[in-house]
Amino acid sequence: MAVGQGEFAIDKEGYDDPFSLMTNAMLQPAEFVADREAELLVGLHHELLRVRLSEEILAERYREQEMRTPAHFGSGQEAVAVGVCRALRTDDVVFSHHRCHNHYLAKGGGIYELAAELYGRADGCSGGRGGSVHLTAHDQGMIATSAILGEMTAVAVGAALAFKMDGLNRVAVTFFGEGAMDEGAFYEALNYASIRKLPVLFACENNLYATESPLSIRQAPGTDLCDRVRAFKVDTMRIDGNDVLEVYRTTQTAVETIRRGRGPVFIECMTYRWREHVGPQFDHELGRTYRTREEVEAWMQRCPVKRSEDRLVQRGIATRAELAEWHSAAKAKVVDAVERARNAAWPAVATLFDFV
Amino acid sequence: MRQLTYAQALSEGLCQAMERDPAIFVTGIAVDYPSGIFGTTTQAAKRFGPDRVFDAPAMENALTGIAIGAAAMGKRPVIVHPRNDFMFLSFDNLINLAAKWRYMFMGRAGTVPIVVRAVIGKGWGQGATHSQSLQAPLAHFPGLSVVMPAFPSDAKGLTIAALKHDGPVVILEHRALYSTTGPVSETFEPTPIGRAIRAREGKDVTIVATSWMAYEALHAAEELSRHNVDAEVINLHSIRPLDEATILASVKKTGRLIVADTSWELCGVASEIAALAAEKAWGWLKAPVIRIALPNCPAPVSAKLEEAFYPKASTIARAALTLLGQDPERVGDLTREDHFKGPY
Repeated sequence: MAVGQGEFAIDKEGYDDPFSLMTNAMLQPAEFVADREAELLVGLHHELLRVRLSEEILAERYREQEMRTPAHFGSGQEAVAVGVCRALRTDDVVFSHHRCHNHYLAKGGGIYELAAELYGRADGCSGGRGGSVHLTAHDQGMIATSAILGEMTAVAVGAALAFKMDGLNRVAVTFFGEGAMDEGAFYEALNYASIRKLPVLFACENNLYATESPLSIRQAPGTDLCDRVRAFKVDTMRIDGNDVLEVYRTTQTAVETIRRGRGPVFIECMTYRWREHVGPQFDHELGRTYRTREEVEAWMQRCPVKRSEDRLVQRGIATRAELAEWHSAAKAKVVDAVERARNAAWPAVATLFDFV
Repeated sequence: MRQLTYAQALSEGLCQAMERDPAIFVTGIAVDYPSGIFGTTTQAAKRFGPDRVFDAPAMENALTGIAIGAAAMGKRPVIVHPRNDFMFLSFDNLINLAAKWRYMFMGRAGTVPIVVRAVIGKGWGQGATHSQSLQAPLAHFPGLSVVMPAFPSDAKGLTIAALKHDGPVVILEHRALYSTTGPVSETFEPTPIGRAIRAREGKDVTIVATSWMAYEALHAAEELSRHNVDAEVINLHSIRPLDEATILASVKKTGRLIVADTSWELCGVASEIAALAAEKAWGWLKAPVIRIALPNCPAPVSAKLEEAFYPKASTIARAALTLLGQDPERVGDLTREDHFKGPY
């Protein structure tokens, strides 16, 4: 099994695979399929770039000490957010955790509103009230994020309960790290979703560490999170969370199953966080030893953005020059939005008691 | 006006609200049992069926989160804890999320109008973990409304108000009150959250009391009238928001204050009201404030110890006589007969 630290091969052997990756597109003429596939890959790549550059630029400016809110940067984990959200409809809803910038952006939240929230400005997505871990982009279906592990999983299950009671075919998604699966509340919510066959996608981002605690101190040897979940009679799938296309395809199939009323699905996306748990630095800059610099760099070689670029070049969809242009254009937009946010107005003190 | 029991009144308020608002549903352990939480959910289960009144596993924490998620999508969930002690398991979702939802997203993630009903136990050996009274820790947090209906009319009116409120509301119901009777209007009328009610008018001493202790306070006031003491009773059925104006007006009139609560005094509701009087009615007080609360130990099981543990009408009446410089021993023991048949 390839879940252990420092191992990168994602082993799917021995797991029930309830999904067929065959899509309707495969039944269509080859040329048309190729065009649609190209469009999809380009779309995914633009989203990856937007999320990556937002996080990287925010992290760099975070060092200036002007964003006074504890921030958990998601660089390295973008493919999960982008792949899942791309497979959703706008009226599907997403709930996320402390490392939520990626999900907020991927579900349609604006970078200006995110940066303004981190700067504590009135234009922030939560008016400067919530900070990095309490984001919302309600109109886009990014309902809410919060920092207590396992909490938002129950909330997503509740949204799914409402959809089922009203006979709607909307889906609720809960993003969480594997650390949330150390919490009891997670299993209460999972069990309930299974009992009632609720339309909820459990999207686990297994990045191998909870803060600085490795899997080995949190799980018995030989633990397989998909096994645990199957004990609750929920279908599972472990995938390469750094491959945006694999995440997208898996989610698409899972969401179709869920919309057909067949109950929740759990996907375990193997991925890796590049920066420190909370804050903008790299662990080696601070002399932390809970993981080695070599391990981090090896995972950075599996960079979701770089892999997407390579795929686009290999398939002849984009040239290196085009990719560089896209990168510059995306970067310019983010730099501009972050600078505007930094210069935005503070909330009026008179609003302190509004919305209690 | 017709008389209903507290349980009947609560049930009527719930059913009337459910008729008017299809978004309301009721869940929690035992809500669809024939016993129906002391009969308060039996009618709702019968009339609205399992789609709107349904049982749940013992999962106080996630169930609260589930209620929040459903509420965020437009539902009005009512979750019921047959004993409020189990609610400690739900504090994360209730306090970290429900109470703060509107504020921390500045209203942009909507509101989460959940209603949490929880039962306070008392007597019959329910002991340390089945008889506590959680208003103090719950009311501590901005964003959470906490009400404690004392009389049947409150039980109906506050249930209706909670089901119309746009934020989370906790209703703490005292087990001993379900069988008490009183006049209840047939109309669908909310009792405003955030107001205290003068349950008895008097001029010599103010007794501010919560839940079961309001019931005991009225009993004490009747007894005191036989000793020429005219007590005013304030039924403090909303803990947060707190109706300072009604309390202060009464204290300024009588100059004497007793606060009787169903929980402990340290950092509790009784202390909060005493602090309010000290801060804003100091010049009117003719005597020190007396707090009547649980003794500083967990609730014991043994009937003999339980008898010593709970304050009652005579405790209040004696305190009033003390404040007025009279002999407290003029009041004998006032113990209400408990008709409860065990086990729980």
